[in-house]
Amino acid sequence: MTLSVKHLLGIKELQTEDIERIFQTADNFKQVINRPIKKVPSLRDTTVANVFFENSTRTRISFELAEKRLSADVVNFSASGSSVSKGETLVDTVNNILAMKVDMVVMRHSASGAPWFLANHIDASIINAGDGINEHPTQALLDAYSIKETLGSVKGKRVVLIGDIMHSRVALSNIFCLTKLGAEVMVAGPPTLIPKHIQSLGVKVEYDVKKALQWCEVANVLRIQLERQHKPLFSTLREYALYYGVNKQMLDSLEKEIVIMHPGPINRGVEINSDVADSKQSIILDQVENGVAIRMAIIYLLSGKREME
Amino acid sequence: MKTLLDRNQLNITLQRLAHQLVENHLNFRDTAIIGIQPRGIWLSERIAKMVKDITGQQNIDYGQLDITFYRDDVHQSEIHIPAATNIDFSIEGRNVVLIDDVLHTGRTIRAAMDALLAYGRPKNVELLVLIDRRFSRELPIQPDYVGQTVDTIITQKIKVYWAEKDEKDEVVLIDQ
Repeated sequence: MTLSVKHLLGIKELQTEDIERIFQTADNFKQVINRPIKKVPSLRDTTVANVFFENSTRTRISFELAEKRLSADVVNFSASGSSVSKGETLVDTVNNILAMKVDMVVMRHSASGAPWFLANHIDASIINAGDGINEHPTQALLDAYSIKETLGSVKGKRVVLIGDIMHSRVALSNIFCLTKLGAEVMVAGPPTLIPKHIQSLGVKVEYDVKKALQWCEVANVLRIQLERQHKPLFSTLREYALYYGVNKQMLDSLEKEIVIMHPGPINRGVEINSDVADSKQSIILDQVENGVAIRMAIIYLLSGKREME
Repeated sequence: MKTLLDRNQLNITLQRLAHQLVENHLNFRDTAIIGIQPRGIWLSERIAKMVKDITGQQNIDYGQLDITFYRDDVHQSEIHIPAATNIDFSIEGRNVVLIDDVLHTGRTIRAAMDALLAYGRPKNVELLVLIDRRFSRELPIQPDYVGQTVDTIITQKIKVYWAEKDEKDEVVLIDQ
């Protein structure tokens, strides 16, 4: 009855039934976090380490709240100000944390594949909170859950991911998650930010954002990741905003009302305008709320059976 | 396998339990009925309906409580997938009757009381069960209303069938 995996490394390894089980469990946790007492005692015997080698506000706070609302003990670790700057390796760092009797590790790392590497070297369950430009599974799950909550289901829905597909781990995880749940997926943006052969993942490609918006029922607008661009892939932010930014005028010109999402943090006026981000079509803040419920569900389901000592 | 209650006996027992509840709670204005997921739901739905018929009161508060997140064996068995909790009324300062089909070790009821307190502070909590497997308790918990008391050993099982899902009303004792 639990998940088919020991770790949550990527959506790629998950079965469709796993995703449905996570959603079903998240429904219960969503109810819990909306009660006056927002806490359950399930994991009072569990300690979780949040190990962040890369900056994060939303994801780290969301994980920390999820852990605390399950009554787990939490330790936070961030690379700056740690022994990593003294040259300690990843496996050594994590093994030292585990030696202090930690049961589960939530890790964000700038190197793609880092959580898989770690999973081969340690016994504890690992949750990937984003690795390089590869996957960000919990974000994809909360995005799909938010679509399901807003539109009733994900199956058959047309979802477009707009923007920096190349450097976005949110995009890749979303593609895996949405196609597994039976949605039609399109990626849209400038050709320089869309990887070649991405069609092989079963998605459509569109270079005209207006046409993409006309096609879809849900638009998930992604952040332009300047920190990951090692050479310029578009001339200026102003030009990007002009040709690929989503604004109110564009939405008003459509015959239908589409759902607007953004995984945050928002670059207002670049990939999305304030009049769109703050409109009633936007479910950006619902995504944030659902993030806590989804992460509670994942941590709960992965906490599994433990050998008694 | 031995039949403890057949369809007719079960109905008589349920009628008695419903009447006992009405005797103690009269019009149910200050009392809510809450069934424990998953197996207490069928029993609690029957009891709630009977209480409504007896009192003529149709707006009696009835809810369902899931205890999954309050279990004390989270890491000793496979993880349990939760069922729904539906309590759309306040239990603050009211009487609550918890309902489950079989009372065995008492651990489910311990978890249910814990889960219930997350929704408020009831004035008092009572327990109604269809079958009480006495002498098998692991915690000091006793029911206030009992359908039938049975003496069982740990290898025996009690199975309660409900017409709504099992196409028959019957309670049986199974030897393994």
